[in-house]
Amino acid sequence: MAPSKAAAGGSATQTLEQLCAAKEVVVSTGSGGVGKTTTAAAIGAAAATHLGVKVLVLTVDPARRLANALGLERFGNVETRVPDEAFVSAGLNPQGELWVAMLDTKQSWDDLIAQHAPDRETHDAIIANPLYQNITGKFIQSHDYVAMERLYEIHNSGRYDLIVVDTPPTRNAIDFLEAPERMADFFSSRLLRWLITPYRSRVLNFASKPFYSVADRILGSQFLEDIAEFFMLFQTMYDGFVERAEAVTSLLSGPQTTFVVVSTLEVAPAREAEFFLELLEERRYHVGALVLNKVLPGFLLHGSGRDAARQMKDSAKDLAGPLAEELGDPAVDPAHLAHVLGEMGGSFLDYQVVARREAEQRNELSASPELTLTVPWLDDDIHSLGGLLELGERIWR
Amino acid sequence: MLDRKLLFVTGKGGVGKTSVASAIGVLAAARGRKTLVCEVDAKGNLADFYGVGPLDFAGTEVRKNLHAMAMDTEESLKEYLSLQLRVPLLSRVGPLARTFDFVANAAPGVKEILTVGKLTYEVRERNYDLVVVDASATGHVVGELGSPVAIKELVSVGVVRSQTDWMIDILTDPAQTGVVVVTVPEEMPVSETLELLDRLEDETDIDVASVVVNRVLPELFGRGEEAIFERLNSESGRVALREAAGDGSGDVLDGAELAVGLRRSSVGHLTRLREGVPGNVPLVYLPFLFHRSHGVRATSRIAEALGEELG
Repeated sequence: MAPSKAAAGGSATQTLEQLCAAKEVVVSTGSGGVGKTTTAAAIGAAAATHLGVKVLVLTVDPARRLANALGLERFGNVETRVPDEAFVSAGLNPQGELWVAMLDTKQSWDDLIAQHAPDRETHDAIIANPLYQNITGKFIQSHDYVAMERLYEIHNSGRYDLIVVDTPPTRNAIDFLEAPERMADFFSSRLLRWLITPYRSRVLNFASKPFYSVADRILGSQFLEDIAEFFMLFQTMYDGFVERAEAVTSLLSGPQTTFVVVSTLEVAPAREAEFFLELLEERRYHVGALVLNKVLPGFLLHGSGRDAARQMKDSAKDLAGPLAEELGDPAVDPAHLAHVLGEMGGSFLDYQVVARREAEQRNELSASPELTLTVPWLDDDIHSLGGLLELGERIWR
Repeated sequence: MLDRKLLFVTGKGGVGKTSVASAIGVLAAARGRKTLVCEVDAKGNLADFYGVGPLDFAGTEVRKNLHAMAMDTEESLKEYLSLQLRVPLLSRVGPLARTFDFVANAAPGVKEILTVGKLTYEVRERNYDLVVVDASATGHVVGELGSPVAIKELVSVGVVRSQTDWMIDILTDPAQTGVVVVTVPEEMPVSETLELLDRLEDETDIDVASVVVNRVLPELFGRGEEAIFERLNSESGRVALREAAGDGSGDVLDGAELAVGLRRSSVGHLTRLREGVPGNVPLVYLPFLFHRSHGVRATSRIAEALGEELG
């Protein structure tokens, strides 16, 4: 391993390599469309290449070509190994193993029920309940919860040295963090008991009667009964769920876990990243790194470039005549050349505006962790292991 | 697109869904239609696009003919209860609403229907000529739009069930309601857009008003001009250009190379999108805006570009 810069400078992590060597779980977070999944996969690939450990990348919904590149096409929920030959053909020799899995919400929920249901009968009744079908298929927050739950299960199995997990695209960055807590609250709730009791005892007490009469009018008693039945079935799993939810929370906040916040330098994602960084610190989660994606190259900010661009844009015709002669054979049409110069100049000035805006945005990310990594705006999306490894190498040391 | 009464603007995260939704609002209002723009996600940045303070359920008039609000399902429930059930006392509604918030978190479709219910209600009551929804991202929007049907299937009797019929009528009438899918010419957003169009077709009866392709990069050079650029970009060309335009000309060439590369990679995605979108769904292109700021000015510029595209 490379000599540690941190050893000389203090205890802070200075490279992604050090971070991954020190942690067991890396959680990749950020708002939609910023490259969370790609970053998680690249970190996993780099860790497998360099650390000599067994790495799992647990992803939520990768681009199809990325999924293909990782061999995820047919495997989904089942963990699968990326063959060493794939690394070798990309010019690298992995010291460890890279495994990947893609979250299948429905399957994960079914597994969870199988694990926690007290008996076969309850299990079958839950699986058959229409509300359960809806929750696992459509219920938005179920995604958040089950992703964290599966992370916990895999971590606990001890099958991997390092797990890099890609978080689901939440409405709000903190949703998935709160999902285990919410699940515990849900089962502990007095309201839940209040809702279930009359259907259990068939006796409505005086205090709750108005509530039920209104609820009946709105939803109809059949639906209320369906809900109650579902919750009653779920209650049988109370202890298991609450225990697990607490364990998941402590895994996320524990010393073995670190968060990598991914963002671009556009206004909305950057603002969400900043908000999220603050929130993680407030709650004392470990923030390992900030990865800034799709950042325009620094040369766009040069003053000399701006001067040349202005000249090309404003005096294209004056420049084109003599320049066409300089370019020699075959002859270049000065009018076309002038247009090319003008477009080049104009385009540079345009991109400079965006590059400046990005630089400004970057300065505003005041809560940045010590380790901030920058990935340029690449010509194409990454959809091969080679591309992932290249990205991984770029940010690894 | 602007002739409808209810537009759900959706798209993958990061494609500029909110900026397009706010621009549609500005354009419609400028054309004299009384418009409501509603933010459904909890992110709360629609207000930034109009340069106003935080939005709430009651709504804010952000300019002439244009109102903006933020969805709040608990408030929506209270409104619903007082309108539908004439439950008079808010004190009674309070604990009930809390209970419902809890049920809404647990029972599927309840939050979604309170959202969709409020929006269709505004359309039914003709409170606005156009309601624009900055809706959920692609992954969730099908569930949201399908919530009245889902609730209807789950609830066999009661007030809620009887309410779903008129909502479904409004949602499935293409003259009134349409989905606007925002995308950008990149791989994942295009794939998600095509998948969403399939899902809307298979799982709902809701019409797609248009696909808006945001941030389309300009093409720098015309026919034959790329060859000229390549000669400028050669070793001897670079020397000649430096003599003519100064030391910074190398950066300008690098910048042009970057711009050409980015544009070129987007063309493939644009082609895939065009080929995958059904012929009856109009495609609307919005240029990448190289502007300095976000906020009100950016919104106006997108609205302008949109106005030119729609004619």
